[in-house]
Amino acid sequence: MTDATPLLHTEGLTKHFRIGGGLRRETLHAVDDVSLEIGDRAIVALAGESGSGKSTIARLLARIYRPTAGEIYFQGTPLSKLRSRSDVLRYRSDVPMVFQDPFGSINPVFRVSHAVQRSIKLHRPELSAAERAREARRVFDIVGLSPAAEVLNRYPHELSGGQRQRVGFAQALAMHPRLILADEPVSMLDVSIRIGLLNLMQQLRDEQGVSILYITHDIASARYVADRLIVMYAGQVAEQGPVEDVLAAPRHPYTQLLLSAVPDPKAELTLSSGTDRGEPPRVIDPTPGCRFRFRCPLAVTDCQSQTPKLLQLSPGHDVACLVAQSGAEMKAF
Amino acid sequence: MRTGQTERLGAGPAGTAVGPALEVRDVSVSYLTKRGEVRAVEDVSFDLGRGEFLGIVGESGCGKSTLLFAIAQLLSAPAVLNGGSVVFQGVNLVDLSDEQLASFRWKKLSLVMQSAMNALNPVKTIAAQFYDTMRAHGVRSKAEITERSVEVLRMVGIDPVHLRSYPHQLSGGMRQRSMIAMALLFTPDLVIMDEPTSALDVVAQRSLMVQIKELQQRLGFAIIFVTHDMSLVSHFSDRLMVMYAGQIAELGATRSVFDAPRHPYSAGLLEAFPSIRGPKVPLTGIPGSPPDLARPPEGCRFAPRCPQVQDRCTQGQVPIYYVEDVLVRCLRAGNGVGSGD
Repeated sequence: MTDATPLLHTEGLTKHFRIGGGLRRETLHAVDDVSLEIGDRAIVALAGESGSGKSTIARLLARIYRPTAGEIYFQGTPLSKLRSRSDVLRYRSDVPMVFQDPFGSINPVFRVSHAVQRSIKLHRPELSAAERAREARRVFDIVGLSPAAEVLNRYPHELSGGQRQRVGFAQALAMHPRLILADEPVSMLDVSIRIGLLNLMQQLRDEQGVSILYITHDIASARYVADRLIVMYAGQVAEQGPVEDVLAAPRHPYTQLLLSAVPDPKAELTLSSGTDRGEPPRVIDPTPGCRFRFRCPLAVTDCQSQTPKLLQLSPGHDVACLVAQSGAEMKAF
Repeated sequence: MRTGQTERLGAGPAGTAVGPALEVRDVSVSYLTKRGEVRAVEDVSFDLGRGEFLGIVGESGCGKSTLLFAIAQLLSAPAVLNGGSVVFQGVNLVDLSDEQLASFRWKKLSLVMQSAMNALNPVKTIAAQFYDTMRAHGVRSKAEITERSVEVLRMVGIDPVHLRSYPHQLSGGMRQRSMIAMALLFTPDLVIMDEPTSALDVVAQRSLMVQIKELQQRLGFAIIFVTHDMSLVSHFSDRLMVMYAGQIAELGATRSVFDAPRHPYSAGLLEAFPSIRGPKVPLTGIPGSPPDLARPPEGCRFAPRCPQVQDRCTQGQVPIYYVEDVLVRCLRAGNGVGSGD
């Protein structure tokens, strides 16, 4: 993945929000110095708690926000170089987004065909009306909304949550995308429906050759669907690597905490990890040092003053923790 | 089948069940809508032992929250109770007036709702809200109220300085904790919880569950805990009720429902959770969606999605069977051999 130009990568991506006004001006560090890579035909899961910056990253990649610092490269081209409207449109159709709320993301007063055809018209103006209709049927078939012609004629309220989320993927697919940004696409769906969507994401990767950035707080679903896992904490990458490597041998104490908290019906109950309250980190004007140090049982003096860098500890597996980088075998949770 | 078994429904955990704290019988609730009558809860009966932890799981629209509202007598139009009784400490709550119910609420039976941000008053401090609750239930002494407020906050692990905080100054986890503290002001015998952890991150969620369980063991109250996440209650509840389309699909000891689910829906739900450990296996979930309860299907309500459906499943109502201490609404369980094949 590193020898050629990755499909998309970021360097030092940073997004700060100014909050408050007058004398109490503060800065919220939503994303700080994030460098990540998404390869061809890969599903990359971006996991972390609420406020960890994962949705901000999706919005930066979708160009809804402009970065405070750093750069996003798509197929090696920096996004800040995109100037013309047609360049921006082309990027948006290469990298479309699927949103979390399937009830809020489709216009309720039109048939679902409207939503799909409208984006085809915008992004692929060369197609005739008949070709657009054919294209809409094609993508509906791919995402499992069949019979496509009939589903296209329905109104959003006639579809279940799972079906609406499939409409979201169909819409993205109609643009012939290279990378779909999926922000918590299954978290509002019922458990019995979720797996179907996760399977669809894998099918899109395998059969359509699309990459997907899967943003989630659910580690188990990340393991099920993704090739690589990026764990965010307080706006920074704590750990990243092949999903099985990270889950089998988590090196960052936060990843360890996260994994210990996942309910597992098959495991014995241990009440020992009741010490961590799950209190969110401070990302408003943070001081230097590791942002996890306040919750970390392994924190050493250096953690108070040195912000850990993301370093490779084994092939493709990077960790931002001074203690792990010192080579110590550790189990925080 | 069902009515003959009622005296055995209260088989709570050994040692704790001295007699049921709550007896729910044949509760049915409908919503009267323009499209007709939506039968959200149908014929639900169960007993809850003293100090027992009952988990209720199901998907959205399965009637689990409506059932909670029926138990707490909080239904309001267009929902109507179509029959059944809710006997709590020997009194049928269904027969009581609002004034009479007031003496039960908070004092003997309290509720913790899903969104603490909406349940707490945003313009009042935590102390003021605790004060209001205790005043409304007849506690006059300011000193006593303050003392008790400090005590319950300590119980849930919040520093009492937060009595002076407003809800927005607290984290999501702390807000849910203060809701639970408020529910414990009068040391109730039953606490009903409607997805109290679903807005929390997984770490905060686990920490809150551990705390709820510890408080329950210490204070001895019974819990009805509603959630859509089956794995969440797997280690905490004594018994588990799986609801589907307004009915009980399966009710039994949590361990046995997890280890050997007898209803195809429970089995399907369990299979729908990917695991973070063990080998990675392809999963299918449960294709299809729950039925429209304004026009429920003939026969078994799960039949249209059931991988083991048979012809007889779509003919007539499916009774609930009692198989080795587990209640199951599935014809395959009624074959006499319990788990079917």
